[in-house]
Amino acid sequence: MRVARVASSRRSFLGHSYNLVGIAASLVILAWTLVAIFAPYIIPHPIGDIVDDDYFGPMRQGLWLGSDYLGRDMLSRVLMGARYTVGISLAAVSIACFSGVVLGMIAAVTGGWLDTCLSRFLDAMNSIPSKLFGLVVVAAVGSSIPVLILTLAVIYIPGAYRFARALAVNINTMDFMTVARVRGESTAYLIGSEILPNIIRPVLADFGLRFVFIVLLLSGLSFLGLGLQPPLADWGALVRENIGGLPFAAPAVIVPSLAIASLTISVNLLIDNLPQKIRDRDA
Amino acid sequence: MSNLVEIRKLRIEATTDAGRLVEIIKGVSLDIADGEIVALIGESGSGKTTVALSLMGHARPGCRITGGEINVNGKNMAALPEKERAKCRGTDIAYVPQSAAAAFNPSSTIMEQVIEVTRIHKLMPPEQARKRAVELFRALSLPDPQGIGARYPHQVSGGQLQRLAAAMALIGDPKLVIFDEPTTALDVTTQIDVLKAFKSVMKAGGIAGVYVSHDLAVVAQIADRIVVLKGGEVQETGTTAEILSAAQHPYTRELLAAFEPKSRQIRADEDSRPKPLLRIDNLMAGYGPVKRNGQPVIRAVDSVSLVVEKGRNLGVIGESGCGKSTLARAIAGIHPAATGDIVFDGKALERAAGKRTRDQLREMQIVFQYADTALNPAKPIEDIISRPLTFYHGLDRQARSKRVDELLDMVRLPRALRYRHPSELSGGQKQRVNFARALAASPKLIICDEITSALDTVVASAVIELLKELQRELGLSYIFISHDLSVVEAICDQIMVMYKGERVEQITPDKVKAPTHPYSKLLFSSVPKLDPTWLDGLVRDPELVNQYGHR
Repeated sequence: MRVARVASSRRSFLGHSYNLVGIAASLVILAWTLVAIFAPYIIPHPIGDIVDDDYFGPMRQGLWLGSDYLGRDMLSRVLMGARYTVGISLAAVSIACFSGVVLGMIAAVTGGWLDTCLSRFLDAMNSIPSKLFGLVVVAAVGSSIPVLILTLAVIYIPGAYRFARALAVNINTMDFMTVARVRGESTAYLIGSEILPNIIRPVLADFGLRFVFIVLLLSGLSFLGLGLQPPLADWGALVRENIGGLPFAAPAVIVPSLAIASLTISVNLLIDNLPQKIRDRDA
Repeated sequence: MSNLVEIRKLRIEATTDAGRLVEIIKGVSLDIADGEIVALIGESGSGKTTVALSLMGHARPGCRITGGEINVNGKNMAALPEKERAKCRGTDIAYVPQSAAAAFNPSSTIMEQVIEVTRIHKLMPPEQARKRAVELFRALSLPDPQGIGARYPHQVSGGQLQRLAAAMALIGDPKLVIFDEPTTALDVTTQIDVLKAFKSVMKAGGIAGVYVSHDLAVVAQIADRIVVLKGGEVQETGTTAEILSAAQHPYTRELLAAFEPKSRQIRADEDSRPKPLLRIDNLMAGYGPVKRNGQPVIRAVDSVSLVVEKGRNLGVIGESGCGKSTLARAIAGIHPAATGDIVFDGKALERAAGKRTRDQLREMQIVFQYADTALNPAKPIEDIISRPLTFYHGLDRQARSKRVDELLDMVRLPRALRYRHPSELSGGQKQRVNFARALAASPKLIICDEITSALDTVVASAVIELLKELQRELGLSYIFISHDLSVVEAICDQIMVMYKGERVEQITPDKVKAPTHPYSKLLFSSVPKLDPTWLDGLVRDPELVNQYGHR
């Protein structure tokens, strides 16, 4: 009975305990990351080449995932699509979370008018519908990868700010913050050394969640034709351009959808099952 | 079965993060007869609350009752299915929690919550339950027994809420009531009323009780028998008189020793003229919007003046809400005073900490009551203590590491503790780290804000001893803020009594027996004594209680 209880679905390694679901999810994420990095070297055909006589071709030898609406190799397009989906989303979420969290902590520590101004301004930003905002920006300055990254980042800064501020405000009321303030510490020290270590776990979870949102929003924008422009294509764009294959149950429309689902679900599962540090007094 | 409660060889296990099993209760056996009040006493972590909760068949999350019998009123609570246990709770066994404020639902009236038990167990119709509740309110000497039930929990005082929690427990006519440190969070002046009310109600109803506490003096007033626990084992059992007069076990003696009047340190330089280190003149601090004359609407500290001499200690004593903590925060500059002068070491200080120089900040350190929140849980002890060393003294890594060792030695903590996180330390250890951090700044004055209130008596007296020693070695001065007279008496040269933001009296410890101000009289006479007859024999001037007590 004792042994059975101890050896549950958690494993321990390097002072952390891991969950099997978490391990599986991180393997999926790792696989997609590797694909994103090495895509140009592993694709069987260039993404623009028409290699099939038929369109919406079925899965068969040589064309493992069939062909798209122009008869291009779907496997190559999905592998290269990973590059754009993962890369753009990661860049955007990094910018969004970094700025949002830093601003949120500064607002919580400083308080007063700075806090009020920042909060109101970002609340106003938050009230703009994200797709509409993307639409306006792309219409105004055109669609390119840097523009997409910045747009997506700006859309998700207010959320990250609110989240970090709410966490930091709680930490800010603790006595150790008062002690540090009376010691005469600077704001940079307060947010970097006193607050951040206490909120890093929820912030990382939020990072993952926001990554998922951005992947979905990017896919949505691409689906509307506002994202990457042909012949480049991320997963969302792949779904859109092959939507005509739906009546034929073409793998060209199913596979990119599955790719989006596998990545977002894995990230979610990983967030829920992050390794936990074992705090055991004398084990 | 002769006894109401018979616990036999109770074992409770807890599971740690790593899945390791730890036995926290190691074969405890105890009996409680009908109508008898038994106190479970011991330091925090001794398992006293765990044993008390197990009487209801309850084990906290992560814990499991793994062996033994808990016979209450003929039923073995350990073996009963959860549904049967729930039937006993509130009717056979009732529970009064430590913090009534946290136990009441703020969004419904007190009456609704007090009679909830009768509704759940279908004991009596609501009308009858209300009548019974009013009787209980009267028996517990609550003011306005007819009307108090219609109020919401935030509309009554802490002492009243604690008595209302007892009414809630008693309404189902239980045979056994478990009191889990019910007066620990109360002021001494309030504690007396609550204890008296508990005692009379329990006697009148012939109800058996389990009283969990770490305060031997409180227990002496209310319990028939005392069970001393340590490390999940029973150390000693005996009647209250036996334990108080002829304790056998060393741990019990230690507990008793913590109550003995402590010898005050005799100073060699008694006649040499002391120099003032800190002088406060007409300090006023408060909260709320600032009025036109520059004074806040609510005055928490009102025209207080005081002097702390070099190498001497000043005690500030008063009930909660009297402004003593605000005074500390105003002196430290955390909550800038509205008016008044602060002169420290011959130089006038800015009222706000942000405007003081780094050296001024360094020389005056403040230590807070709750080490849990005063230490950053995300950092190891080493980083916490070494930050002031880097910040004020600019020490490099090696010098810092050496100094951390010295500081840990100074506060009598093992050096290996430096790699731990605050959550891995005990309450007393955390408070020592808290203190070591203040020492790291090499201050001249340390403001101690209730630093022993969250600690057990034994641990607290050890911390006080440590403070005295450090004072001898380092020539520090302390401002010692507390609501506990015995603590202040032990360490301070001057005691200032505060009431409603004002200084009512300043006396020296040898004159504590004869205070002149009526509030000091009430306060000092309310401190429980080890003598079991103290509470019954206590006669307080009703006029004083009316004027200064919070009933």
